[in-house]
Amino acid sequence: MPSPRYTREIPSRYRLEAGRCKGCDKVAYPARRVCPSCRGKEIQMVNLTPKGKVVTSTVIHVPPDDFLMEAPYAMAIVETPEGARLMTQVVDCEPSTVLPGMDVSLEFRLIRKEGKGGILCYGHKAVPVF
Amino acid sequence: MAGLVGYGAYVPRKRIRTEEIARQWGKNPETIKRGLLLQEKSVPGFDEDTITISVAAGRAALTRAGIDPQKVGALYIGSESHPYAVKPSGTVTAEALGIGPEVHIADFEFACKAGTEAMFVALGLVEAGRVEYAMGIGADTSQGAPDDALEFSASAGGAAFIFGADDLIAEVIEAYSYTSDTPDFWRREGEFYPRHGGRFTGEPAYFKHVLAASRGILEKTGLKAEDFAYAVFHMPNGKFPMSAGKQLGFKIEQLETGWVVPTMGNTYSGSSPTGLAAILDVAKPNDLILITSFGSGAGSDSFVLKATKRLPKVQGLAPTVRSMLDGPRHYVTYGEYAKFREKMIVNE
Repeated sequence: MPSPRYTREIPSRYRLEAGRCKGCDKVAYPARRVCPSCRGKEIQMVNLTPKGKVVTSTVIHVPPDDFLMEAPYAMAIVETPEGARLMTQVVDCEPSTVLPGMDVSLEFRLIRKEGKGGILCYGHKAVPVF
Repeated sequence: MAGLVGYGAYVPRKRIRTEEIARQWGKNPETIKRGLLLQEKSVPGFDEDTITISVAAGRAALTRAGIDPQKVGALYIGSESHPYAVKPSGTVTAEALGIGPEVHIADFEFACKAGTEAMFVALGLVEAGRVEYAMGIGADTSQGAPDDALEFSASAGGAAFIFGADDLIAEVIEAYSYTSDTPDFWRREGEFYPRHGGRFTGEPAYFKHVLAASRGILEKTGLKAEDFAYAVFHMPNGKFPMSAGKQLGFKIEQLETGWVVPTMGNTYSGSSPTGLAAILDVAKPNDLILITSFGSGAGSDSFVLKATKRLPKVQGLAPTVRSMLDGPRHYVTYGEYAKFREKMIVNE
C-alpha cells in the first residue's frame, strides 16, 4: 500500500474510528460519506469498542508474499458491539480454533512491512478472549 | 507534588522455556535455571514490536488515569529495539493513543534504562509546569545472539506511566541518577546483536551503578531499606536484582512482587518498569516503593514513590502484570522462536 493512502487511513486503522449515521444509527467501518443503509449524509465519528465476536472465519494456507512467514493464519469478519464489521487476522491462537461466536479483543499490531526497507503498517488484529 | 496518575503494562503471550533453548545448544538446563534463576521468557510474535507494546501499555495507563489523551503534552519511549532507525516510535504510538498533535515526542536510548530515562524526563516536565500530563514508556523486543547467555533472558514487554500533578495514584518523593562511561554491553550501528563483556557486566557495571543510585536516593530522602514495602531493581537475570537488594538491606518479601524476570525474562528497557507496574498492581495506600533501573554504558535511575488512596481504585481497571504472566500462554519451539525473531535467512 502506498504511504499516502496508509497515512490517510490512520484514524480508522489506529483508533478504530468509524461513522455513525445520524439518520438510521448504522455504524460503518471505515466511515463513509454516505450511509450504506439509508443514504443519509449526516455522519458522526465514533471510536469502536476494541472487542467483538467472530461472525465467520477461514484459515489461510497460501498467503500473499508479505504474509508467507505467518501461514497458516486465521482471517475473520468480526462484529463490534456497535454493529460495525471488519475483516481482520485472528492471532495468538491455533488458527483452526477460530470459529463463529468466538469472543475477541482488538489489539494494535504490526500488519505488514513494505518490503525490507519500506514503511511499517500498523492496525488492529483480533485476539481470542479466554 | 508531581507523581503518577496512571500506569499500564503489556507482556506478549508467546513463551519459550529455558529447557528448549538449552536443548538447542547442548547445555544443561538445570545449570542455567539454577545459575540465572530463569524458567521461561516472553517471545514477541511477527506482529509485536516496541510500538505495539507501547500502545498496549499506554492504553492501559490512559484507562487507569481516566484522562483525556489530548491533555498529554509529552510522550517519550525508551527502547533499544525501536522498529525504525529513523522515524520515532512515539509518533505512531501517540496517533494510536489519540494523543497530539500538540505534543512533544522523542525516542530515548540508553540500553536497558531507556524506559526510566523517559520517565525521568516526563516527571521533570510535569514538575516544571511545562505540561499537564506526560507519558514515559519503557518497551523492548530484546535482542540476544544465538548461543549467547543473553538468549536465555532477552524477552519482550513494557510498561507505560503517566505523570501529572493532581489525582495521583503514587507521589514521586524523589528521583536520582548515577552515570559513568562503562563499556559493559553495546551494539554498534548496523550490528544485529549486542555484545557484552561477560563477567565485566557484573561488579563494575550492574552492581556499581545500581547500588550507587539506590544508596544515593536513600541518602537524599533519609529513608532506610526497612521503610519500604517494595523494591525493584533492573532484572538482567534472576540473580542480580536479588543480590543487589540483599546488599542494600532489603528482604525477599520486599523484592519478590516486582521480581518478574523468572517467567518474563529481561525486557531490557521494560524490565524494571514492568516490575514497578507489578508492584503498583498490589500496593496499598502509603506503601513506599523503590525502583532502580540499570542501563549498560552505564547508568542507573532511581525513584522513590509513595502510593496514595487512589491507587486501589484504579488497579482493577486494566490487566495486571501477574495476570499476563500467569494467564493464557503459547509455548514455542526453538525453531518457531528463531522464525519469530527473524534469526533465519530466507529469500525475499
